[in-house]
Amino acid sequence: MSGRYVIGVDVGGTFTDVFILDQSTGSAEIRKVPSTKPDQSQGFLAGIRAGVDAVPSIATVVHGTTVGTNALLERRGAPTGIITTAGFRDVLEMRRRDRPATWGLRGEFEPVIPRDRRLEVSERVLADGSVHTPVDTAAVTAAAKQLLAMGCQAVAIVFVNAYANAANEQAALEAVRAVWPNEHVTASHRILPEIREFERTSTATLNAYLQPVVASYLERLQAALKGDGFGGDVLIVQSNGGVMSVDTARQVPVRTALSGPAAGVIAAAHIAGSAGFPNIVTCDMGGTSFDVSLVADGQTELSPQTSIDFGMVVRQPMIEITTIGAGGGSIAWVDRGGLLQIGPESAGSDPGPVCYGLGNDRPTVTDANVVLGRINAGRPIGGKLSSLDVEGAKAAIETHVAKPLGLDVMAAAEAIIRVANSRMAGAIRLVSIERGHDPKSFVAMPFGGGGALHTGALIKEVGLAGALVPRYPGVTSALGCVIADMRHDFVRTVNGLLDGVDMAELDREAAAFRDEGQGLLDRAGVGFEGRETLLEFDMSYLGQTHTVAVPVPVRDGAGASLGIDRETVRAAFEARYREVYGRILEGLAIRVLNLRVTAVGKRPKFDLSILAPGDGASLAAADRGKRQVYVDGAWHEAGIYDRMALPVGTVVPGPAVLEQADATTFVEPDLEAVVDEFGNLLVRRKEAS
Amino acid sequence: MTDPAPIDPAPIDPAPIDPVTLAVLKGRLEQIADEMDATLFRSAFNPIIAEAHDASHGLYDPATGDTLIQGKSGLPIFVGSNAFAVRAVIAKAAKSGGIAEGDVYIFNDPYDGGTHLSDFRLVRPYYRDGQLVCYLASVGHWHDVGGNVPGNYNPAATECFQEGMLIPPVKLYDRGQYRPDIVDILQSNSRQPGSLYGDLNGQLSALELGGKRLDALIDEYGLDVIRAALIELRRRAEQLMRANIAELPDGTYSAEDWLDNDGIVDEPLKIALDMTIAGDRMTLDFSRSAPACQGPVNIARSTTVACCYVALKHVFTEVPANAGVLDPIEFVIPEDSMLSVTAPKPVGGYTETILRIIDIVFSAVDKAAPGRANAHAYGTINALSLAGHREDGRRWVMFSFFGGGHGGHPEGDGLSHGNAPISTATIPPLEILEAAYPVRFTRWALRPDSAGPGRHRGGLGAVYEIEVLEKSGGEAFLFADRGRHAPKGVAGGHEAAKNAFFFDTDSGEASPPMASKMVGIKLRQGQHVRIESPGGGGWGDPFERDPATVLRDVALGYVSRERAAADYGVSVGDDMTIDEPATEALRRAEGRS
Repeated sequence: MSGRYVIGVDVGGTFTDVFILDQSTGSAEIRKVPSTKPDQSQGFLAGIRAGVDAVPSIATVVHGTTVGTNALLERRGAPTGIITTAGFRDVLEMRRRDRPATWGLRGEFEPVIPRDRRLEVSERVLADGSVHTPVDTAAVTAAAKQLLAMGCQAVAIVFVNAYANAANEQAALEAVRAVWPNEHVTASHRILPEIREFERTSTATLNAYLQPVVASYLERLQAALKGDGFGGDVLIVQSNGGVMSVDTARQVPVRTALSGPAAGVIAAAHIAGSAGFPNIVTCDMGGTSFDVSLVADGQTELSPQTSIDFGMVVRQPMIEITTIGAGGGSIAWVDRGGLLQIGPESAGSDPGPVCYGLGNDRPTVTDANVVLGRINAGRPIGGKLSSLDVEGAKAAIETHVAKPLGLDVMAAAEAIIRVANSRMAGAIRLVSIERGHDPKSFVAMPFGGGGALHTGALIKEVGLAGALVPRYPGVTSALGCVIADMRHDFVRTVNGLLDGVDMAELDREAAAFRDEGQGLLDRAGVGFEGRETLLEFDMSYLGQTHTVAVPVPVRDGAGASLGIDRETVRAAFEARYREVYGRILEGLAIRVLNLRVTAVGKRPKFDLSILAPGDGASLAAADRGKRQVYVDGAWHEAGIYDRMALPVGTVVPGPAVLEQADATTFVEPDLEAVVDEFGNLLVRRKEAS
Repeated sequence: MTDPAPIDPAPIDPAPIDPVTLAVLKGRLEQIADEMDATLFRSAFNPIIAEAHDASHGLYDPATGDTLIQGKSGLPIFVGSNAFAVRAVIAKAAKSGGIAEGDVYIFNDPYDGGTHLSDFRLVRPYYRDGQLVCYLASVGHWHDVGGNVPGNYNPAATECFQEGMLIPPVKLYDRGQYRPDIVDILQSNSRQPGSLYGDLNGQLSALELGGKRLDALIDEYGLDVIRAALIELRRRAEQLMRANIAELPDGTYSAEDWLDNDGIVDEPLKIALDMTIAGDRMTLDFSRSAPACQGPVNIARSTTVACCYVALKHVFTEVPANAGVLDPIEFVIPEDSMLSVTAPKPVGGYTETILRIIDIVFSAVDKAAPGRANAHAYGTINALSLAGHREDGRRWVMFSFFGGGHGGHPEGDGLSHGNAPISTATIPPLEILEAAYPVRFTRWALRPDSAGPGRHRGGLGAVYEIEVLEKSGGEAFLFADRGRHAPKGVAGGHEAAKNAFFFDTDSGEASPPMASKMVGIKLRQGQHVRIESPGGGGWGDPFERDPATVLRDVALGYVSRERAAADYGVSVGDDMTIDEPATEALRRAEGRS
């Protein structure tokens, strides 16, 4: 590979983080610049220019983007139309007949495509794949023209049972392409040839809805980079934690829905793995939410389907992230039954917590941390404010929490943290204990600015082995971009009995997917350390509706076969089923629902020890004196340290506060923090040493 | 059967608990119940549990059976009814030597703590250091429990014996000793013995897991603290419920509505409520409701209480789900009422009756505090089965519940195509149904003009049209309601469209003589059935709806131009713009401006 630098760029709501790996010297640098709106590419380039003197010397730029996520959440996709089977234009709006909340029967649903832009044409395929009614291509052409006249910039074509036979949909795709003035045409079988019409419709529709937005963003980005003399590759992080080429991203932008968070989890897995912790729970604490994700044995967990919002379903493999509404900005309040509650209402980042002094007067989790002395009011992180209003925060806690509960203000502040910690602990339990994992073999890895304030308490509440705070918790996602593998997922619905399906045909199809995936890897023009093909079937016993994902080993090399046969698949299913449910059910027929093939191109990793503190680090240089911190009902004198200046091997006993530009780590009195050889902080129980 | 009594004094007076520990324990305890739900959903064989989540778990008072903690993911109607199940077990045990550690009771008796025969309950006492701390219970809707009709929705039943097997509380485990004979009896009475066995084991796993998690929590906090938390949580739910009731003005507020018929006798059945508010207490008096009927729309008293709990939880959403909700409420339900039946009156179609009770609770709350409550949702479960035999003789049965609109509410329009207020079930994809059964859907669409007009209109109902593909044809069975009495509006909102059902015959399209209930409709290959489901009722005066919003409804085809003029007083021209003078005239003519 030519070029010195590999650069990871993560564009967040407030900051654009840039991680620059210099391959020639083996050193790394970090830049944080303000994000720009509405055009994120401005901040993107500013961040790169801030860290690299010569743009032409960049080999690869890898990007975790929230352009797609934000367009979905804020409903700012392009005007889009649907062309669908006669009788079914409302599938998108009817969802799966659900509702947003169990209690109350409130809430509405507004589909991203209004009903008048959902047009029907005569066509029908049956469940067995036979064509009941051939597609009326003249009607398709007329529908496309009508949508164009209505101002649509993108279109999704979704026909009933297209998963079973795509002939009608394919013919319609060609008819639309003949008149559509741009590339923003999505056919459902191309993006998700899987049974379940609502999930396929929603995924295809959201893809079309994002195409113009994401494509024009990527165009601007590439043009600007080229203008600076950049001649390398741009790669985009997908929600599954792998990267894809810009070309693929333009065709399947829906795969970027969780791009940024996925990069963070990838980085966390790598950092923790290098430090000797293959089992982690990542904890990302933002202003309004707390996101957790589980990595077991170094493997991230993928979820086949995610709801971005009520009724906004994307069925594509995505890193499984569990979110609860408890962030730094979550508001603490006492309900009419006299119970202390945290959230779901949040002050967000604007006006933000009371201590920001921007107009909010209801106390938040951050306010409690400030009042307790755990956040340094004179040195706020992020650099937006010069100091925090401690007295204001105190007054708010007094009024809204202390008085109604009959507590003094310090006890009330601590109560807020305790209840918030307990909700976060609940989220961690949900992904660990509830899935059968033993918390003693896991560590928490906080990233983002606020997580490391709480992980000490989480260790104790959940029974985790410890917490590993990465050297740069604020730029974890940017680092993840640099190391993520390239990954392409394929799926097809089989829906037959194991004893009845044509296994040789399935084997050929799997091999064809492998070839398509390897082709995409070839065309990406990226150097790989190695390649891999993964094969999985979604299977169950006949009569069950929930399937288990069954990995099946494949034969290496080329050829029209992956070497799978019925007995291998049966054995793999039974092993997996036993693992999940503790038993197999003899004598029952086994069903194969979906075939999934994944092509992985392994990208080179770098040695994380380049991030470790340099020779200048010493305990004396790191010492910032003492501060009073309130814990367990009493004030304690806590050591305050400049975290970046702590040398490898230092053991900092709690109570202590470790400060750095974009994060604060709080070490409780019964815990200690150790700086490992990569510069990570391992927070653990004192008796562990 | 008695109403849930105020909680007995605990055997040991627990130490007062600090509010912060209480908030923490509330989350931990609810997580235990949620995890029990999740365990059963994942391992169940039967799609009614696995997909539709027709199941529920919780923790119950050791003395009274009252609900202490309930999961958030279980079926809403079970949230209220499990307490009665535990009470039935306590009563049975008292008569037969007492409850013991290691016992697990199983039953489905709808007249003694059940709902309908399909719902099987498992109840296990939880002991710690030899002391009974609470009960754990699991309920799930089994696929088939015998009776005349596969799937057990039999609109022609006149006795529970035609609906399925009836099992009183019996011990599945006796002091830890498994009794396989019980399972043999259950399995030999079902068309789906394998599915039954899978679901039963899933429920046992859920109970085991609940016990394990409770062990760990007590290890961490100590028994006294947990016990104190359970009592205090209930006290707070009661306090919150009383605060909510006290906000309604004192007085008696009456509402009534009708079921089409009972499927046997074609006469409407009145469901009436007189709700009295006196300070922070509420009385729900159902005395004016119809007496017990022949067909399967009767319910037991416990079911009536349970569905009032669901209705009130929909109105006062922030009250935690435990028995404290019911403490300030008194029920008056005469013994001869269709809302208080005993064996062997059929109860299989209980869904229709409890949905109607929820509707009239909303209407009564609306009278007490206009604008506070939602308008009626679509108000029927719309259970449709299509069945027949394939060429090779195998039997096929497609069974599903079909959706409709939710009511308009103070915050906005009702949700289109929602699920029933008593459940959180989703509908199977039509592609899954077509892949499994010889049918073809010819429409799956929103139903224009089905929403009740209002300042916030109801959500739209749906049109589902299905063709039989099998050469030998098939048969249809429908169990529904709202065919003759539409979902109502509140606060000046109007009613929604009624439910309508059509089927092809050799001499053209027909509808059931009893409107919403019918068995054995014969269909040839290529013939269709069609459900046009109700929308939700409207909230507020439709003449107060912004004309621009009405225009949008017309442009999107939710409301026809004719109905826009008649219901909303908005005249939309051929060019799809508002005819301002005509609109003004229409709205003035009604004398409302």
